[in-house]
Order: sequence, then C-alpha cells, then structure tokens
Amino acid sequence: MSWPGGSPSSGSGAGSGQRATVGAAAIEVSGLTKEFGRRTAVEDVSFSVARGEVFGFLGPNGAGKTTTVRILGTLIAPTAGSAVVAGIPLIRANEAEIRRRISIMPEAPGLYRRLTVTENLEFFARLYGLPDRQARMKEALDVVGLGDRAQDICGSLSKGLRQRVALARTLLNDPEVMFLDEPTSGLDPVAAHEVHGLINTLRQRGVTVFITTHRLDEAERLCDRVAILNTRLRTIGRPDELRHTLFSRSIAVTTAAPLGDPARVFTGLPAVQGWRADELSAGSTAGYVLTVSDPVRAAPEVTRALVAAGADVLSITEARHSLEDVYLELVEDQEGRSR
Amino acid sequence: MSTSKARIGAVVRKEFTEFRRSRFILATMAVFPVLFLISPTATILATKASVSGTKLDNHIGLSLMILLLIPVFLPSTIAAYSVIGERDQGTLEPMLTTPIRREELLIGKAVANLVPAVGLAYLVFGIFLAVVAIGADPVVASAVWHAPQLIAEVFYVPLLAAWSIWVGLAISTKAGDNRVAQQLSTLASLPPFALIALMSFQVITPTLTIALSLAGALLVIDGAAYLLVSKLFDRERLITGTGANRVT
Repeated sequence: MSWPGGSPSSGSGAGSGQRATVGAAAIEVSGLTKEFGRRTAVEDVSFSVARGEVFGFLGPNGAGKTTTVRILGTLIAPTAGSAVVAGIPLIRANEAEIRRRISIMPEAPGLYRRLTVTENLEFFARLYGLPDRQARMKEALDVVGLGDRAQDICGSLSKGLRQRVALARTLLNDPEVMFLDEPTSGLDPVAAHEVHGLINTLRQRGVTVFITTHRLDEAERLCDRVAILNTRLRTIGRPDELRHTLFSRSIAVTTAAPLGDPARVFTGLPAVQGWRADELSAGSTAGYVLTVSDPVRAAPEVTRALVAAGADVLSITEARHSLEDVYLELVEDQEGRSR
Repeated sequence: MSTSKARIGAVVRKEFTEFRRSRFILATMAVFPVLFLISPTATILATKASVSGTKLDNHIGLSLMILLLIPVFLPSTIAAYSVIGERDQGTLEPMLTTPIRREELLIGKAVANLVPAVGLAYLVFGIFLAVVAIGADPVVASAVWHAPQLIAEVFYVPLLAAWSIWVGLAISTKAGDNRVAQQLSTLASLPPFALIALMSFQVITPTLTIALSLAGALLVIDGAAYLLVSKLFDRERLITGTGANRVT
C-alpha cells in the first residue's frame, strides 16, 4: 500500500467550490482518485465536511462510496489526490494518529459472535489503549441503549442490536469524525429508526458524521449536506439547495372540476412562467402544475385568477421535489449519457 | 509508533476467549493430542526387553517423532484460520481501523496459537513419559528416558510450533478460502519435520551439538518467516479482496 504525496492543496473536482480552510474542516478531500487495476472506483473527487456536520454520501452500488470511506479511514491508499481527516493530512506517517481520532462502522457490524457485547467492546477499547475502559464502555452502551445487554453473546443478538453494538464500538474512542457505511442496511424500519435517533444524538454531541447510504429518505432526514457520487462527484449541497438548483419551482393546483379554458386563466399571470395539466388527477377533480419563480408570491395571484374564473379551488400547494428526484435526475442523466 | 504489548495482549486475550467458545478449536485441541498419544504409547508398552537394539531404537524414534506431530499439526490448522477467519466474519476491517499495527496483530495471533500448542505438546509428552515409566518394561522405559532424542524433543516443540504458525498465518493472509488455507498450511508445515524424522531414526545422530545447531537454524527460519508474513500482510488486499478490481 503506497500513499501519494501528502499535500492537501492539489487537485480539483465537482465540489471544489465547497472547500474550507484546513483546520476548520473535519474532512477535506482534494482530487481523490482510486484505481483497482484498470478500473476506476473513485475519480477526482473533492469536497469538505465541516466539524459537527452530518454529511451524506449518496450513490448507487459500485459508485465508490465505501472505497472513499476506506481511503479516508486509512485502510486503503488513494491512487492520486490528497485529504485531511480530523485535521491531519492523510499520509502514511499519520495513519495511526488519524485512526485514533476517527472511527468507522462498516456495513456489516463486524462483531466477534462468540464474544459477549462487553468482551467485544473491551477488545477494541484495549486496541485504542483507553485508560478508563469500563467507564467508556458503559457510556457507549448507555448511548445505544444496550446497558442491560452487556453480557449477551453477540451471536445471539438480532441484526438491529448487533448494529447498535457496532455503533457503541465506534463511540469508544470518542471520535472527532465518525464514518458510518450504510448504517441501516438490512434493518427493519423500527431498528433503522433507532439508528437514526442515535445519529441525531451524535449530532448533538458535536461529532462529525459521514454517512454513506443509498436510502435517500434517510439522507434527507439526517444530513446537513449531501454529496451524490457515481465514481465522480455529481453534486454537493444541502438537500433543499439541490432541489432548487436542479428543478424549477412549481405549485400544484387542484380544482373541483376541469377549467373551461386553463390557458386563459394562467397565461399572462406575472408570477407564472408556464403550466401543464396534471395527468394524475383523481376522479372528477382536475390538477394543474404551474412553473413559478416564487411560490409565495404566485399562490395568491393564482388563487385570485381561479376564483375570478369561477373555479372551485380545492388546494394550492408548493410542489416539492424529493432528494430522490435529485438523485434520479443526476444518476440517470449520467447513466443515459454513458449508454 | 512502537510495538505495543498492550495491543498484542488484547489480541491474545481475545483469541483465547474465542478458542474457549469454539467447539471446532476445542475439539481439535482435545482430539489431536489424544490421537497422537495412543500410537507411540502403545508401541512402547508393547515392546519387549528382548528386542534387538536396532529395533528398540526404531520404536523409540518412531514414537518420539509421532509426538512431534502435535506441535506441527495442531497450531497450523488454527493459525490458517486466523486472518481469513477474521475476514470471513467481517471483523478484520473494524479491527484495522484501530491503531493496531500489522506486526502487533500477527504476533498476538502467533502467541495465542503457540501457547496452547506448546502446552499441549509438552503435556502429552509428559503423559507419554509417565505412562512409559509406569507401564513399560523397565529396560525399554530406561531406554526411552535416556534416548538422546529427548533433548531434541524439548527444543523442537516450540520451534516447530512457531514454524507451523507462521506458515499457517502466511497462507491465511493470502488464501481466498478457509478450507484451502487449512489444507495448505498442514502440508506446508511439514518440510522441517523431515529433518526431525531423520534424527528420530538416528540417520542423523542427535548429539547435543547437532540438536542445538538445528534448533538455532529453526529459530532463524522462524524469525525469517515472521518477517515474510509481515510483508505478506497487505491491509488493502485483505480488505478489498484478492481480485483488486472489486469496487465497493
């Protein structure tokens, strides 16, 4: 395993505009590239994550999410590019110090199934050389709500509980940066909800959390910012910011019956830039989607026009695009171009 | 960063706990020594004082050689599982995200394998000598107790075990399949055993000088094997898979 040069200042990529100064950011990545033989897993990726931020790393299977985490976690070396993790340049000489300050929860919990919860945690506490092992273990177990399961054999725990033990393990060394790789993969909704609660707890404790996921609802709910990766970084920003950047804003209008001449009602309104009938309208009601520059200004104007046209207005709402829309737009766009 | 005894100790401690709870390992540790104890003990107990000197020497040589199979086979099977087993159960990656160095991991694994293997080998050896002293013809028992191979036996138990462990660990870091690793390590741990066999049958007369020289050579080989295994332990290949093209 060989590491390229240690300077964090070289390279550029899709997210280079988001870079913060070294020291202010918990993670700073510049031009990161990883090749496995002839195959490129990650290409020229740059971004930064602020301290205390919950950052989502989204992408389809094989997008390079786990590879990026492994590089930042010093498990594998990048082919090119540089990074700073927990304020420390990612070079071979700093590997051990970086590992002391971070923790990684891989997709599989990775517990010794024949050992008890306590024995698992104690092993890792010893590897970190923690002086106050018992107190740390108790605190970590309390955070994940497993204080009463400390003596259970890990192999006897449900998948959700094992995930919580793995999360407790990542808390042991009181990390500055925590990498969670698909933390709710394979969990039922209740267990996933519990993990979400734990991540929110970490946020409150000021831990920088880097989550890889392809669960968009999870990313939208938990993350301050998200990056969408598909070997290259496709975009980065706050979920609402991405929606607004990618999609024009619109309002959805539902009337009790179809308008006689919708073009006459909507065309000419200053706040409305365009309109179309919503084909998904149910029963005798009619729906229209209006492209607007500012929904707050457009809604009263549209309401007045509809009332003037004698329409019975059932609802006027801002049409919201989900992060899923953003994701599909970006990922499918790239896949379409590569076909 | 220097090698940490605490981290090595953590690995040893964890391995011992896992051994205690693994039926496969417990069965291996219980059955192997018993199997290797039966044949030499029976051979010596059945040997009459009237047999020729050559035949007596052969019986003693064969018996002591079989006892030396314990430190060869017992740790190799378990060591072969050490690294690949961690990888298969998904524990290698979390462990490597801690400050542990590969040398600490490997030494910890080796010590955890060495202690029970050597302990059991000496125990079985002790039982053999005790049974021989009690049950064998006094002339035969005296021949066993005064056989020059006894010195070699004492030296070679830990050295052969160490060799088997490093071979097992080396294969475990490279193999893609657990069963293949165990089979290969058993075979690969045999070469130094050939030399011991020559001594057991007194093709090479095991004088103290020869025994010590060969023990020294084995010690050097064990050291070299440790360095080789450290080189073979490639964190990136172990985590991403041998294909190197697998992207996750």
